[in-house]
Amino acid sequence: MDVRFEGVQKTYRRRDGTPVEALAGVDLVVRSSEFVCLVGPSGCGKSTLLLIAAGLVPPTAGRVVFEGDAAGRPRTAVVFQEFALFPWRTVLDNVAFGLEVRGVSRSERHERALSLVRQVGLSGFEHRYPHELSGGMRQRVGIARALCVDPAVLLMDEPLSALDAQTRQLLQEDILRVWEATRKTVLYVTHNIQEAVFLGDRVVVMSRRPGRVREVLEVPFPRPRTEALLADPEFAGFCHRIWSSLKEEARAALEEAYGDGSPA
Amino acid sequence: MATEVRRDVVVLEARRERAGGLWSPAARVASLAGVVVAWELACRLGGVPAVFLPPPSTVAAELVGMASSGELWRSLQASLLRIAAGFVLGSTAGVLVGTVAAVSSVAEAVVDPLIAATYPIPKIALLPLLVLWLGIGEASKVAVIAIGAFFPVAVGTMAGIRGTDPLLVRAAVSLGASPLQVIAKVRIPSALPVLFAGLRLAAGMSLLLVVSAEMIAAATGIGFTILHAGDLMQTPKLLAAIVVLSALGVLSTWGLQALERRVVRGRST
Repeated sequence: MDVRFEGVQKTYRRRDGTPVEALAGVDLVVRSSEFVCLVGPSGCGKSTLLLIAAGLVPPTAGRVVFEGDAAGRPRTAVVFQEFALFPWRTVLDNVAFGLEVRGVSRSERHERALSLVRQVGLSGFEHRYPHELSGGMRQRVGIARALCVDPAVLLMDEPLSALDAQTRQLLQEDILRVWEATRKTVLYVTHNIQEAVFLGDRVVVMSRRPGRVREVLEVPFPRPRTEALLADPEFAGFCHRIWSSLKEEARAALEEAYGDGSPA
Repeated sequence: MATEVRRDVVVLEARRERAGGLWSPAARVASLAGVVVAWELACRLGGVPAVFLPPPSTVAAELVGMASSGELWRSLQASLLRIAAGFVLGSTAGVLVGTVAAVSSVAEAVVDPLIAATYPIPKIALLPLLVLWLGIGEASKVAVIAIGAFFPVAVGTMAGIRGTDPLLVRAAVSLGASPLQVIAKVRIPSALPVLFAGLRLAAGMSLLLVVSAEMIAAATGIGFTILHAGDLMQTPKLLAAIVVLSALGVLSTWGLQALERRVVRGRST
């Protein structure tokens, strides 16, 4: 399913009523079965854009168009940075939640949830509670839970940001493996350039707040991609190109945040 | 003079860790037993008049006597029925009102000031009014207990539901949960620990109110037994009834804890 952002704009109101423009007219097309990564300086509204696509936050202006046959599947499902697992539910019941609220029978949803738990490598943990799992395992549950409803588009909001570097690397590879198997349309928000290049078909670079699309780059590296790519000088060069594009924005964003123009 | 070279060597060796966990249950039993023994000795050796403070052995014998004569079970039954009816009615209403007030801003605007204004009233003060409305029978006593149980449960439910992590609500909505499903499957489960704190307060309140109400307007029950025994200077019976109350309090706490362990799962975050 294609996702088309047409002039999506978002203005928040602070508590004192002053408006804050988070997104200033974003135009972007995510094509069916494409893995698109969104990078940008912190506070550029990339997560807001994702929440708008999820229908969790309404845009102030503009619209998001989903085009294509969803065949009765839900449009989107979200993987959250903070995992957002239900602490009183076991792994299996967390993963099955989306099917449960859709009225899928217990045996059917457990069967499907079990196969996803297996797919993300958590076999044997299906009856554990989230607090008994490590951060990496919790996010695997988060990914399985989103995939369990078989969404047409998978939205991932900095899913690996709360994890340590080694776990992040392992999960990146797992995400690729799962994605190669499903070829879902993915919109993936991250602030990590290497991660965006390693995972994505295209990398969308956003400007600082108010966010808009600054540049869109096709990632030239063939799939299936492996860890070896990370050591490739061309990979480093490509990442550096994106960083150069992002750097001034990031610095300006930082200076705006501190308001005194002092170097970071 | 020779130069003295001092070297400090610090060695951290393996050692047994303190076994405090083993001793504390023993200390608990000892503290209770110590008080009982001291009490018995004070009565037997210290010449405390039995009419003011009979020794624990006399109180225990009285308790056995009340149990075999059936008096204990009759008052216990009367009090327990009142507590059970009042507690169930009050806490059910508390959960319902608390839930509605927590999820609807209109209901919140209606309920919040009412609760703020009526919560501080000592509930026993309402008993004469309730007797006027409902008569001197069981209804007025059950009603005062229900009112007493209602508040902590309503407030606990409200606080628990309002304290639900908005991210969990967002996750549920993104997975397709309807507003009612969000309440049933996210907000209420997430509120359970706070709701149980309210239930425990309500249980204590029920015990307090049943005794007070029975002292004011009843011819049965533990509260009545205490008042009556006091009037007749039957101090052993009075103390035996107080021991029963203490046991009731402990049992209700244990019961609610056991229920909580069954219902509230998988947390500690």
